[in-house]
Amino acid sequence: MTAGITPSQTVGPFLAIGLPWPDGPFVVPDGTPGAIVIEGVVTDGAGQPLPDALVETWQADPESRFDHPDDPRGRADPPAGFRGFGRSATDATGRFRIITLRPGPLPTPDGGTEAPHLDVSVFARGLLDRVVTRIYFPDEQEANAADPVLASVEPARRHTLVATTATDQAASDGRPAFRFDIRLQGDGETVFFDV
Amino acid sequence: MTEHQITSSGPPGAGSLPLPRYVSAAGVHPPLASPDYRSTRLRAPGRPLVPLPQWLTEITGPLLGAERVTPADADLTAGHPGEPLGERIIVTGRLLDSGGRAVPDALIEIWQANASGRYAHRVDDHPAPLDPNFTGAGRCLTDSLGRFRFVTIKPGAYPWGNHLNAWRPAHIHFSLFGRAFTQRLITQMYFPSDPLFPFDPIFNSIPDPAARQRLIAAFDMDLTEPEWALGYRWDIVLRGRSATVFETREGA
Repeated sequence: MTAGITPSQTVGPFLAIGLPWPDGPFVVPDGTPGAIVIEGVVTDGAGQPLPDALVETWQADPESRFDHPDDPRGRADPPAGFRGFGRSATDATGRFRIITLRPGPLPTPDGGTEAPHLDVSVFARGLLDRVVTRIYFPDEQEANAADPVLASVEPARRHTLVATTATDQAASDGRPAFRFDIRLQGDGETVFFDV
Repeated sequence: MTEHQITSSGPPGAGSLPLPRYVSAAGVHPPLASPDYRSTRLRAPGRPLVPLPQWLTEITGPLLGAERVTPADADLTAGHPGEPLGERIIVTGRLLDSGGRAVPDALIEIWQANASGRYAHRVDDHPAPLDPNFTGAGRCLTDSLGRFRFVTIKPGAYPWGNHLNAWRPAHIHFSLFGRAFTQRLITQMYFPSDPLFPFDPIFNSIPDPAARQRLIAAFDMDLTEPEWALGYRWDIVLRGRSATVFETREGA
């Protein structure tokens, strides 16, 4: 079934030539009511920040919908300017940042419910394929406890998928801010998925 | 179109969800832990990947449209005061899925070194000349048949610090969106008969030699434009949908 698929290669150290967009971090336009900030640092197995990584996010809108023809529930009517997709290159300190709306919970095909989450792809020099993770929210404890994907992860590692409430709210212009660090390797390694 | 139901116990749409399924790419992509490529040693995750179901977030994805692209973006030789140095080339092909279906209206982004093997990036310290007439970034949307076409110059090979006398084969970076999160792919296109292939740990990180060949464009005399540019053809194949579910969806 895999015949013919084009293999992945690393983005290398120079992705900044081609991939960052000025509006990439803005899943919703600046100033959208209810917007939140999600930021964090990408680090390697030695704890060093990656200044040359790219973080991409994909998510449902606050009404749990996707503006996409393959969503069998039908097309969404998303909030103005909501793209669902975020893209942030890391800065010299390894930090990424997106501005978005909180996604709603999602139905699963077997009648369950996924807690609100964002799917995340990380690209970098030294990664021959993207790595995929998820961001969950710290104030959704009940929904997280019932989430089938979190339940499939060994309990001691689940916390790596849950953002924390940012302690430094000053840089978020009054928007609620969440912190989600991505540790590629070693102590506290983030859970990565095979999708 | 399925009527969605809102119940008190579940989110919108709970109950009836026929979802497409995308085939596995197992064995196609390089292992993340490929120590001959030195940068993987501290960056490749050490723990096994956890299987993720293909549910609503995974079978949808950003459909980034015409608002991100102008026709001029597909010509990397334009947009500067003069012409870039190097061998002018046309790179064209189709974006397909593994079921052979075209992927239309999909965003493709590329970036590359100049003809001397130097990137227009502050971190690149290769002592080869920058070209004031070449930045090396381009984008386009595939058409209704999945076709794309770029005009650029052939990038040069360049040395890198992976090991003593390490050189990358000439390549163009390609970033692809299909229509689903499962299909997202970033890769590199190479040129035929590059003598550096046997020595490159990135190219050779792909375990299947036949799969490596799929990253090499074909020189195509029919694509050349007389007195102007040489032509290369390269088709890109993303993960497709497994047949059974897709037929159900098409009949819906």
